[in-house]
Amino acid sequence: MDLSFRIAGEAGQGIQTIGELLVKTFSKMGLFVFSHQDYMSRIRGGNNFYQIRISERPIHSSQRSIDLLLALNMESIPLHRAHVKPKGMVLWDSSRSEEGQGEGSLGIPILRMARELGGEILGNIVATGALLGMLGFELEPFLEVVKGSFSEKGKEIAEKNERAAYAGYEYARRECLTCSFEVCSPKGEEKRLLGGNEAIGMGAVLSGVRFYSAYPMTPSTGILNYLASKAEEFGIIVEQAEDEIAAINMVIGASYGGVRAMTGSSGGGFALMVEGLSLSAATETPIVIAEVQRPGPATGLPTRTEQADLLFVLFAAHGEFPRVLFAPGSPEQALYLTNKAFHMSERYQVPAFILSDQYLADSLWTWPGIDEGKILYRDYRIREADGTYKRHRFTQDGVSPLAIPGIVEGLVVTDSDEHDEEGHITESAEIRKRMVEKRLMKLLHMREEMEGPTYLGHRSPKIVLVGWGSTLGVLMDTVETVNKKIPCGMLHFSEIWPFPVSKAQKAFEVLKGAIGIGVENNATGQFAWLLRAEAQIELPWKISKYDGRPFYSDELSEEVLAYARSI
Amino acid sequence: MQDPYNPAWCPGCGNFQIREALLMAMEKKGLRPNQIAIVSGIGQGAKMPHYISCNTFNGLHGRSLPVATALKAVNHKLVVIAEAGDGDIYGEGGNHLIHAMRRNPDISLFVHNNQIYGLTKGQASPTSVRDLKTKTQPFGLLSEPLNPLLLGVAMNASFVGRGFSGDVERLSELMVQAMDHKGFALLDILQPCVTFNRVNTFAWYKKRVYYLEDHDPFDRRSAFERAMEWGERIPLGVIYKAKRPTFEEGIPFLLKGPLVEQGFDLERVKEALLGKKEGPGG
Repeated sequence: MDLSFRIAGEAGQGIQTIGELLVKTFSKMGLFVFSHQDYMSRIRGGNNFYQIRISERPIHSSQRSIDLLLALNMESIPLHRAHVKPKGMVLWDSSRSEEGQGEGSLGIPILRMARELGGEILGNIVATGALLGMLGFELEPFLEVVKGSFSEKGKEIAEKNERAAYAGYEYARRECLTCSFEVCSPKGEEKRLLGGNEAIGMGAVLSGVRFYSAYPMTPSTGILNYLASKAEEFGIIVEQAEDEIAAINMVIGASYGGVRAMTGSSGGGFALMVEGLSLSAATETPIVIAEVQRPGPATGLPTRTEQADLLFVLFAAHGEFPRVLFAPGSPEQALYLTNKAFHMSERYQVPAFILSDQYLADSLWTWPGIDEGKILYRDYRIREADGTYKRHRFTQDGVSPLAIPGIVEGLVVTDSDEHDEEGHITESAEIRKRMVEKRLMKLLHMREEMEGPTYLGHRSPKIVLVGWGSTLGVLMDTVETVNKKIPCGMLHFSEIWPFPVSKAQKAFEVLKGAIGIGVENNATGQFAWLLRAEAQIELPWKISKYDGRPFYSDELSEEVLAYARSI
Repeated sequence: MQDPYNPAWCPGCGNFQIREALLMAMEKKGLRPNQIAIVSGIGQGAKMPHYISCNTFNGLHGRSLPVATALKAVNHKLVVIAEAGDGDIYGEGGNHLIHAMRRNPDISLFVHNNQIYGLTKGQASPTSVRDLKTKTQPFGLLSEPLNPLLLGVAMNASFVGRGFSGDVERLSELMVQAMDHKGFALLDILQPCVTFNRVNTFAWYKKRVYYLEDHDPFDRRSAFERAMEWGERIPLGVIYKAKRPTFEEGIPFLLKGPLVEQGFDLERVKEALLGKKEGPGG
């Protein structure tokens, strides 16, 4: 079983509510779920959708073709109908129009039924019940989810919602004579879900973050919200700054003060933080920055997705200094790599990035739960140091002792100006040279900690898809499809900088006799450029997508196969 | 407490007296060097912490307040002072100043206000007089000067005062009052720039400044009047005070002690975070 649904309608109609009820229900059934969101930059109106894919086997991406469209308004039908598979169905609200929608559709008077059952607010539940009825699933898991969601609001409301679910479900079972979906409900255990932003937030909490400051910006705001919801329980100061400049300077102040600190934004907000990034480097103050990309330049497409800030983030800020950059491919990777970012940032006293994007931020993946052994935690701060302490002491590996001001006896002095070992301003040519070397020296050890790419697919491939960051799942599902026709594999990078040169070169030995195709959610092939510059590896072909939308695995498979046929 | 030092200031600069007043204030407060952190931006005034023995974060132009706010929040046992110039804090960092007044962190801000840019050699600053001619203002300065005290009273900042570098003793007393104040204390310090400001000289100030007497700083209406007074007579002292909760007081878990001393128990966090199901699935 491999089914995809799209819930489409205006912003404010409850698309997200229905989507979340459904993913919860399918997870309860023990199914693997993948969902992503496509929404406009507005609070009401427009056309948004929430897409869900389910299977009894692991799945990692969305598909362009859908089995069922739930249209909450009439405008959604012409917009999305072309993506409905020949045997698929459109479920629509017949209380909105008298006109029939022809074959392959089922009209249900969602709003009218909701009103009769106690109010329009029940419409979402009626529609969700109807969708499950059309598919032929059992209703019980959904009723449990409804009970769980509404039990706090009192018995009466919970019962109303249960009745609405039942009414929608029964209507669809009775009326949909042409529905012939093959579904299965495995008896497996209830599955867990993890979203991209939530994963970064969880990774931060598990790494001991105690200070988070940010300015709200789509699509990164989910991290701010998540950490704010955990602030009291885990003792995290979460402050909405007046601007991104303040946010990053606060984070640097908190880290100088002795706690782990983080900020997050999207490209435009991060652009304002760039001076602060340089400050973190000059003062060797560890900080973690989550950059959740959206398409630019400038305001671009505020709620959509792109992988076009890679080189910006890599080269942002004046001066030369080391940094760490991770680009997770899944929520699970986002969790562990956020943890690794905190670890490396503090160990080497450098800024560390998590580069995500809207697609990953708003995706939900089924995940097996945490592998606790993978969480790295070591406190590198020094709590005892006498008057001889020097914040920027020259050492063998370039890493100076990181003491906490006010806790140690010695003074913790640092400066954005070039400074001596004590941290005081200097213009000495000799000290300047040694300080530059001290900071850059750290790159040697940092690079060793970086993992190379992951290879998946055929043992002797003819085609190898090369990607990074949020395309991991799309590549995995694409390789599986393409492999049925031609030998295909994939190389995926999520640990980007310092670039793991030798590990990458070794991994690319698989390319001997195969054609590498760079797959990037941007126009210029930024990662392919990096690969060429760092590892002298050329990718002869590229597939780019820069319309602000993510890759779909069925669409990408077709494109790869078309290319394979052409050579 | 004094380090051997070699300041980068011009001979006769008001910064020398401000430094002297600051050292005196720290002595009056009985503070050890490691109990104090001075955060500064960029400018001649911002070099102050290098010439004082204390914890030092000399950051970016205009950005001292966000750093100082967060530093105090994570370790409220530290006495945190921000040192800035008029270009630094009223120009580049103006937005941070407004929001620091709103947040009310328990820190003091000492502004070395000489109404001119010194380090970049003589351009107009946000507090320069209108029509001031400089190399970069060929038609004279086309903007009105910012009145930091009036801004402070308008923003209901919890402590607004003005000192004069020419009176070290009284300046150090004002600094002590600012540091003793629970909340954000703005102390604007008038100082001559001997190299670039030929208008607001030591003698110019000396003729005009007077100390406020019988002024109730909690009387906002009267504070507005005093804050607007400029020209023939320039008031010094505490212009305005408001009783407000501090930023740190609003963070409930800081009652347990400084955040930096609270420790991190990974096992407890794992259990609390992962013991129950997370996200929409749970």
